[in-house]
Amino acid sequence: MPDQFEPKIVAFFCNWCTYLAADLAGTSRLKYAPNIRVVRLMCSGRVDPQFVLDAFAKGADGVLIGGCHPGDCHYQEGNYKALRRAHLLRTVLREMGIEDDRFRLEWISASEGDKVRTVVNDMVAKVRALGPLHLAAKPTPQVVAAHAHSITAAAVVGGA
Amino acid sequence: MSDLIGGNGCGVRIGVYVCHCGTNIAGTIDVRALAEFAATLPGVVLARDYKYMCSDPGQELIKKDIAEQNLTRIVVAACSPCLHEKTFRHATEEGGLNPFFFHMVNLREHDSWVHTDKVAATEKGKDLLRAAVRRVKHHKPLERRQVSINPDALIVGGGIAGIHAALTMANAGKHVYLVEREPTIGGHMAQFDKTFPTLDCAACILTPKMTAAKTHPNITLWTLSEVEKVEGYVGNYKVSVKRKPRYIREDVCVGCLECVEACVYKQAKVLDEFNLGLGKRRPIYIPFPQAVPQLVLIDPESCIEFKSGTCKKTCVEACAERQAIDFKQQERFEEIDVGTIILATGFDVFDASRIPYYGYGTYPNVYTALELERLVNASGPTAGEVLLRDGTKPKSVGIIHCVGSRDDNTNKYCSRVCCMYSLKLAHLIKEKTDAEVYNCYIDIRAPGKGFEEFYNRVSEEGTHFIRGKVADVFPTEGTNQLTMRVEDTLMSMVRQISVDMVVLAVGLEAQSDAQDVRRRFNISSSTEGFFLERHPKLAPVSTFTDGVFLAGCCQGPKDIPDTVAQAGAAAAEALALIDAGAVELEPNTAYIEEELCSGCKTCIPMCPYSAISFVADKKKAAINEVLCKGCGTCVAACPSGSIVQNLFEDVEVFDEIEGVLAYA
Ligand SMILES: Cc1cc2nc3c(=O)[nH]c(=O)nc-3n(C[C@H](O)[C@H](O)[C@H](O)COP(=O)(O)OP(=O)(O)OC[C@H]3O[C@@H](n4cnc5c(N)ncnc54)[C@H](O)[C@@H]3O)c2cc1C
Ligand code: SF4
Ligand code: SF4
Ligand code: FES
Repeated sequence: MPDQFEPKIVAFFCNWCTYLAADLAGTSRLKYAPNIRVVRLMCSGRVDPQFVLDAFAKGADGVLIGGCHPGDCHYQEGNYKALRRAHLLRTVLREMGIEDDRFRLEWISASEGDKVRTVVNDMVAKVRALGPLHLAAKPTPQVVAAHAHSITAAAVVGGA
Repeated sequence: MSDLIGGNGCGVRIGVYVCHCGTNIAGTIDVRALAEFAATLPGVVLARDYKYMCSDPGQELIKKDIAEQNLTRIVVAACSPCLHEKTFRHATEEGGLNPFFFHMVNLREHDSWVHTDKVAATEKGKDLLRAAVRRVKHHKPLERRQVSINPDALIVGGGIAGIHAALTMANAGKHVYLVEREPTIGGHMAQFDKTFPTLDCAACILTPKMTAAKTHPNITLWTLSEVEKVEGYVGNYKVSVKRKPRYIREDVCVGCLECVEACVYKQAKVLDEFNLGLGKRRPIYIPFPQAVPQLVLIDPESCIEFKSGTCKKTCVEACAERQAIDFKQQERFEEIDVGTIILATGFDVFDASRIPYYGYGTYPNVYTALELERLVNASGPTAGEVLLRDGTKPKSVGIIHCVGSRDDNTNKYCSRVCCMYSLKLAHLIKEKTDAEVYNCYIDIRAPGKGFEEFYNRVSEEGTHFIRGKVADVFPTEGTNQLTMRVEDTLMSMVRQISVDMVVLAVGLEAQSDAQDVRRRFNISSSTEGFFLERHPKLAPVSTFTDGVFLAGCCQGPKDIPDTVAQAGAAAAEALALIDAGAVELEPNTAYIEEELCSGCKTCIPMCPYSAISFVADKKKAAINEVLCKGCGTCVAACPSGSIVQNLFEDVEVFDEIEGVLAYA
């Protein structure tokens, strides 16, 4: 096959559900696309919008956030905060010309090793179809910060 | 193994260790290439690959290198941090560094085990290593906060698992709250007559333990009770327990049962839960003769006084001066402080009506195995006689194995005890009725001590074994019998066997409210719904929530010997924690950099633990470190970037992101 495009996906997985699910995928020897790089955080609520924008700015073709299912967050409701932020983030990403398929939030519990595989494979396929991300103008750190700020501010207005 | 000495360039001296994990990692990833790559990264002064980093020599290597090479940061690329982060932090500390000057790369679970392309897996390994090396240079020396452990324990569920764990802890001198939601403890075991493979009498071995749990000075037993709310953390849980009314004053009732005899219902009319509806009881009753506590209770659903307020209350008359009956009792709540919690909430049997072609609920002489346990039980509704619904003895009985187990349409897993209890029931039915017994099985699973011998014994007694999955059960034309249609795979023919009674060997499932319960205790479940252990082999009774342990069938199907062994293990884990006196908490809490805080209050509602308060005179927010559990939600929300989460500082995460993305 001619050199196919290999997207780079940065994933932020919460420590208690999705990270463990990825461990389970490992112990179960499930095979999935090697394009994903996991950054472990304690909770999906820790995912600062800046992390996502920064990943895109630094060359990620896709960003995946994995957290516990609604009601299952180890810290009660961090995943709801993540969900609200993700909605706002999506509008900002659209404005920046980043397609919806490049950004994904998934609830994956500690027992769903297989879901890690299907989500990663699906996301890699979709991002591969989109091709490399060419940001019109690479956002400078200032731009990233400004966008992120507007999201946190909006999240506040949205109520806690 | 050999070492690669790299250059330096950023003030820290990093040592990188790439583990082969035998062939687990080295079979897919070029570990040597990874070490060589690491040696080129800024800050790395030494990089090695080694067969087993977690082994003693592996850990020694780290200590020796810290001393000889003046390392100031350690990165180990090996298995999941969930497995060995502790090990390597410890080695780092033993080597003389702060244990948090360490970072771990998950090369095994997240890389070598999930990828097959060696080149791609190695490239991924490099990215992950680069990220770790970049991140670790920011690591700060952190202190673990010590918290003391309250020696009191909570055990939820009073089946054999909960009882055994409670007695073990109480005998070790700890105070235990044993909370059971039914009116009596005993769980499923109390419903059996005999137990496989030894056929010892269940009541004879269980009743003394139930009584001991009730009378033990260190055990507070609360029946008709359920945990409502759990707050706090390891060593310091605050638990609210809902205690439902029994309508009997527990301190006064002596269990004489005179009230039951005196009830205006001369005949027992209410379907009796303990006998699965095969027997009847009165509105005032004791679940079964050996119930613990030996107290009656009133069921307000059927009691005339509760329904209309017009009963003659002959029960109250019978109780006379003891005055134990109290129609006005209300639900109440008890707040307790405990340091450790053991969940022993057991299982539920599979609902046989979910497989309509076996006719449970349609044909009266189709029973579940649990119902049969009550029929063979000397204190059961038939005083131990195996009888059909019309009161006659069956001359032939079919036992269908694996109902709701090993079945793609219901539960895929094996319930582990059904083969054995089916053999037990075959033996007991034969003994009591001399009927012909046909066991239809997929495979006989008899892997425990004395199990195979028991199987041989039952075979020799003349039970017929038919290897095949029963396709359906239907009435035999012109008789009261039922036909089981089964493909006998050993004879390669379809057989139709007419029997008087069919027994369904129902599998074990998670309790129907298991998901609510696990959320209350902040733990996870596996796909089948049973509670998830921390590690299937090395931490089988621990959970991911420190101080919460598992025992018995709530963790997965198992027999009584395994349940008791697990309960002992859970008690031992809890005792170890209590006797250590204190635990160290992960230091991943958040704090606010006062100079940067604008006082906007965004963070305050973010915290699920109300750990953040607003200091009015300073007009700044402040985090109470004791309450903070370290989720980092407030950190992500602060618009002025003034909140820092230890171990997950912004700079650390940003450098990790840059690390995985920067092409070498
Ligand atoms: C038909 C049948 C026959 C069997 N025969 C045998 C045999 O012969 N030999 C053998 O070794 N094993 C046998 N087993 C297996 C045996 O039943 C289990 O190993 C054993 O009962 C497990 O004990 P446990 O304490 O974990 O669970 P359980 O016995 O289910 O006890 C759990 C207890 O927790 C209580 N509880 C549940 N939820 C809550 C809550 N939220 N709050 C408070 N309390 C709660 C329940 O009311 C119950 O009292 C048989 C199983 C079945 C189904
Ligand atoms: S969100 Fe940040 S700036 Fe606002 S009060 Fe909290 S710490 Fe201070
Ligand atoms: S890190 Fe989480 S628990 Fe700690 S103060 Fe912030 S929101 Fe609360
Ligand atoms: S801990 Fe998993 S989403 Fe909060």
